[in-house]
Amino acid sequence: MPNEQLDYQLAHLEAEIVLLGGLVEAAIFKSVRALRNRDLDVSRDVITEDDRIDELETRIQNECVEQIRRQAPLAADLRRIVGMMFIANELERMGDYAEGIAKVSINMGHEAPLKELEDIPRMADLAVSMMKRSIEAMTISDRDESGKLAIEIENDDDEVDRLYAKVQADILSLVEEDRHRAVRGTYLLWAAHNLERVADRATNIAERAIFMSTGVIVGGNAEAQAAVSG
Amino acid sequence: MSEPIITFGDEELVLEAENTSVYYGSSLAVEEVSLQIPRNAIVSLIGPSGCGKSTVLRCFNRMNDLIPGARVTGSIKYQGVNVYDEGVDPTDIRFRIGMVFQRPNPFPKSIYDNVAFGPRVNGLTDDLDGVVEESLRRAALWDEVKDRLDDSGLGISGGQQQRLCIARALAVDPDVVLMDEPASALDPISTQAIEDLIRELSTEVTIIIVTHNMQQATRISDYAAVMMVGEDRVGHLIEYGTNEQVFGNPVDRRTEAYVTGRIG
Repeated sequence: MPNEQLDYQLAHLEAEIVLLGGLVEAAIFKSVRALRNRDLDVSRDVITEDDRIDELETRIQNECVEQIRRQAPLAADLRRIVGMMFIANELERMGDYAEGIAKVSINMGHEAPLKELEDIPRMADLAVSMMKRSIEAMTISDRDESGKLAIEIENDDDEVDRLYAKVQADILSLVEEDRHRAVRGTYLLWAAHNLERVADRATNIAERAIFMSTGVIVGGNAEAQAAVSG
Repeated sequence: MSEPIITFGDEELVLEAENTSVYYGSSLAVEEVSLQIPRNAIVSLIGPSGCGKSTVLRCFNRMNDLIPGARVTGSIKYQGVNVYDEGVDPTDIRFRIGMVFQRPNPFPKSIYDNVAFGPRVNGLTDDLDGVVEESLRRAALWDEVKDRLDDSGLGISGGQQQRLCIARALAVDPDVVLMDEPASALDPISTQAIEDLIRELSTEVTIIIVTHNMQQATRISDYAAVMMVGEDRVGHLIEYGTNEQVFGNPVDRRTEAYVTGRIG
């Protein structure tokens, strides 16, 4: 006997999370593209559009509270709802990072970046890919499959950290050559830092996806592996 | 041969069902339940209608003896002694292992006499007033009835009647109280009072409770035993674990389906 009302609501919430992920993906790509192309109008759009992300996140949180109130869910149902509340919040914060990058871009004004941006867009590509896969892990009820994705995401986070370290080193050496580059260098570091945080939050989502399927809250790759195989 | 699903190591067990099966006439109702009950725990017995929860509950104090045609095999050990052994007086067992039913069933007597009934049967004559007061206090009813102890036990509210039945069970100072859906006929406030009372009592009494209310089981129990009935209409124990396990992350898929409302 399915619990039709709750099953419908859980599927609906999941679809809204996927939608929220889509908005965040667009925001991050737009913010980085605007930074690279020095397109301040697009940066301003990202800031305006963050309201939609905030509104959708609030709606998801309210719907989760409503389902807890109505259904008093237990076991996997409870874990899914609590997990989605957490994930919605993580996605909303990712949206804030995109907004942060847009603000950095606006603060830089019409000045060109220190150099052609390569690693920062690569960080964005990888962080967004991690975010998308973390949401996919959330939607998969098979714990082995979602666990595999989660472990993959944890590994990619190391790559993002490596890129971030490279960006830091590159910018610092450019600033050392010419201290007049310090302000622009700081802005770019800020943007890279935000992307590093996006990737961290994608790993949080992946860990939460493991919790949703296994009931175990993990804090890192080794623990994720143990939870999935155990 | 079934095995207990969790065991309690060195912890003191007050009751232990070992391969307990129950027949009604020739038909098998519950098959080979093995269940350990640690002292002063609150254990809920849950599962869909007809799975044998109440049947198992009634084994613990031989209430099944009162049902024509009921037969129990395996053993039910109370403090290490099989309560079904020859020579064990079921009345003695029922003094040690009391019972509270779904519908409050006070005797058509005064509140006082309801509570004093068991001690009187036991031959207690000294300080009956003290025992009545203490039992009513333990059942969180004293303040509401202390000025009307001579009124009929049937003249108080349903929630009060149920607490009176609990006071009546406590008056003989039992070790264990079995409760068969004790709050299902009560309003939310009375239900809350009974749940608070159950938690309070568990510091000195072991409680086994049958409930259909998952939220109630989650709120009050330390452990939960899950029963399920198969196509053959025979009840089995399928999972026994901590509250956290059974209601948070059950091991058996059927438990998951039941606690999330997908098996009625």
